[in-house]
Amino acid sequence: MMRPYSGKLDIRHGLVNMSHGSGGRAMAQLIEQIFMKHFDNELLRQHNDQAAFNVDAGRMVISTDAHVIAPLFFPGGDIGSLSVHGTINDVCMSGATPLYLSAAFIMEEGFPLSELERIVISMAKASRDAGVAVITGDTKVVEKGHGDGIFITTTGVGVIPNGINISGERACPGDVIIISGSIGDHGMAVLSSRENLSFETTLQSDSAALHKLVKKMTEVSPNIHCLRDPTRGGLATTLNELALQSSVGMLLDEQAIPIKPAVVGACELLGLDPLYVANEGKLICICDAADADALLAAMQTDALGRHAAIIGKVVMDEHHMVQMKTSFGGSRVVDWLAGEQLPRIC
Amino acid sequence: MKYVNEFRNGDIAAKLARVIASEVNTDRNYRLMEFCGGHTHAIFRFGIQDLMPDNVNFIHGPGCPVCVLPKGRIDSAIKLLQEHDVILCTYADLIRVPASKQMSLLKAKADGADIRMVYSTQDALNIARQNPERQVVFFAIGFETTTPPTTVAIQQAKQQGLSNFSVFCNHLLTPPAMRHILQQDGDQSANIDGILGPSHVSTIIGSQAYNFCATEYHIPIVIAGFEPLDVMQSTLMLIRQLNNDSVTVENEYTRVVTPKGNRKAQALMQEVFELRPTFEWRGLGMMPDSALQIRDAYAEWNTEKRFDVESIVSSDVKNCLCPAILRGLNKPTDCTLFGTVCTPENPMGACMVSSEGSCAAYWSYGRFRQPGLRASQLEKSV
Repeated sequence: MMRPYSGKLDIRHGLVNMSHGSGGRAMAQLIEQIFMKHFDNELLRQHNDQAAFNVDAGRMVISTDAHVIAPLFFPGGDIGSLSVHGTINDVCMSGATPLYLSAAFIMEEGFPLSELERIVISMAKASRDAGVAVITGDTKVVEKGHGDGIFITTTGVGVIPNGINISGERACPGDVIIISGSIGDHGMAVLSSRENLSFETTLQSDSAALHKLVKKMTEVSPNIHCLRDPTRGGLATTLNELALQSSVGMLLDEQAIPIKPAVVGACELLGLDPLYVANEGKLICICDAADADALLAAMQTDALGRHAAIIGKVVMDEHHMVQMKTSFGGSRVVDWLAGEQLPRIC
Repeated sequence: MKYVNEFRNGDIAAKLARVIASEVNTDRNYRLMEFCGGHTHAIFRFGIQDLMPDNVNFIHGPGCPVCVLPKGRIDSAIKLLQEHDVILCTYADLIRVPASKQMSLLKAKADGADIRMVYSTQDALNIARQNPERQVVFFAIGFETTTPPTTVAIQQAKQQGLSNFSVFCNHLLTPPAMRHILQQDGDQSANIDGILGPSHVSTIIGSQAYNFCATEYHIPIVIAGFEPLDVMQSTLMLIRQLNNDSVTVENEYTRVVTPKGNRKAQALMQEVFELRPTFEWRGLGMMPDSALQIRDAYAEWNTEKRFDVESIVSSDVKNCLCPAILRGLNKPTDCTLFGTVCTPENPMGACMVSSEGSCAAYWSYGRFRQPGLRASQLEKSV
């Protein structure tokens, strides 16, 4: 095929410039030598503005997620892998099998091509590992000062197997609440690598695609009531959302909630509450009490659910509060967060 | 985890709760003020009130520096940002505090003001070094605990000739506030039987600093650590003092606090700061000798002198019960603004500002604590 540009991009020293978003030769070169090269698949290779594919009959799911994060690279991941995991997780929390992803990149003029390639390589690896290909996309460049390096928006589609009806309004009093593993890892790993904070820790982000774990779970119990990944706002916020949606209350047992000592320590240091810290590779499952043991056992066979635990139950409560029996022996309300969680002064 | 889990042990808490239950005199009430926001936070976060007999109640004091900062000081900071285009460095939880005209630092930032959240005074100094062409102002706030680091920053700025750095001083002193609460007469007299005294502040000023509570106001005080077992142990110590009619300053937090405190830190503070004749506290009004200002020898690093900042005195919101809540005369739920126009998202008075403020803590953790909704009862509702 005749190419509209000549030569190779200087990825090592080059920077994104306005012409990379102009629709001309430079953009074609960037797409070919970075995006096509690493995402390579049959649908992308057709060079259309869209990707066409067949699906089996059934209920489809679509979800989209915009990724803005500082820093772009953090222990255990980067904006690339996160943009794949985040959207796959949003799709599969319906019980769906994710099929394909699309990706939009908004890059700031001056962004190093080497970092762009590093992000795309990580994204391509995450997508290959998950078995969910990026089949169409878009790139835009904004002037320097009009963006923060790079923003990535991904959209995912999937199909829900017959007989599965997972939704946020299905929690009933008596249901059991399960978490797939320790909370707060992602948020604290990202905070630990912020320039003005950087503290020494071995913590890694838990960023991971959860669809294989979900598949194991729906195979054991197709009657799961709710699934949700507790990302921004953490476990506390997600449970409050579900309590409100289902018009129920929740009662947690603090002692049962898995948290790594390093997360507890870092939270103590900064005056944060781990219940409100973000996760990117965990899910909350709410199910009938009769299904709980089998589900827990199935989850624990998967690497991403090895530390799964039952952390509480759904109760009747006209105020839709989430409450918690503290390890200390008292009880507290686990409320919605007011604004952003800010470190306390003393 | 060392020094975290040891002081949060549920078995020891249960034992202490049994001892407290067996020692309280059922014929009387124990109204105990925890002075610091850190204590309030621990009481709600760990559910300590649940472990207390019904006649032992905590009254949440004014010990949250962010909460008691008056609007006028934030108005001044916003004015500095708008008129002098400074970089303003601040501790994070200050940025939501309401200023006049529905403003806050958060909103000023959205409007283009250059506000940087820092975790230490050293961060602020670094920003000044990195931006020699800009004026960098550190919004210094806090009680005696955060004052020594500000002192060090001012001294370093002087030594290094950092002429683009200055400190907007809002440091407060705890003993005058405690005195102010205890000395009101008549209807406004505080309704308090004993005080859980400041924890980190006392590491600096020492437990002796509170002798006046016992000698002048006949109120027992126990210096208490911020961990939940510290709070329970200190409560037991206060109950024992009250049962024995003893009125002294006791120190539960002996692993950190000494009678005389940190003399070196005190000397540093003395070198750089002097008493401000008067200062406004949100919710408590003007209070003489309750705050610090930078001495003339360091005037060059004093934001108020460098930019000729005029003091803006603000009136508190009408109907706000903060003054009475801070004296233990009312509970947050007695206030008509509580939960209606005054919420953590849109705080009006001092007590709703930080998550440690008594109204905010009440809103987050205690709002629905009526019979039938306690966790222990919820469990049976399934």
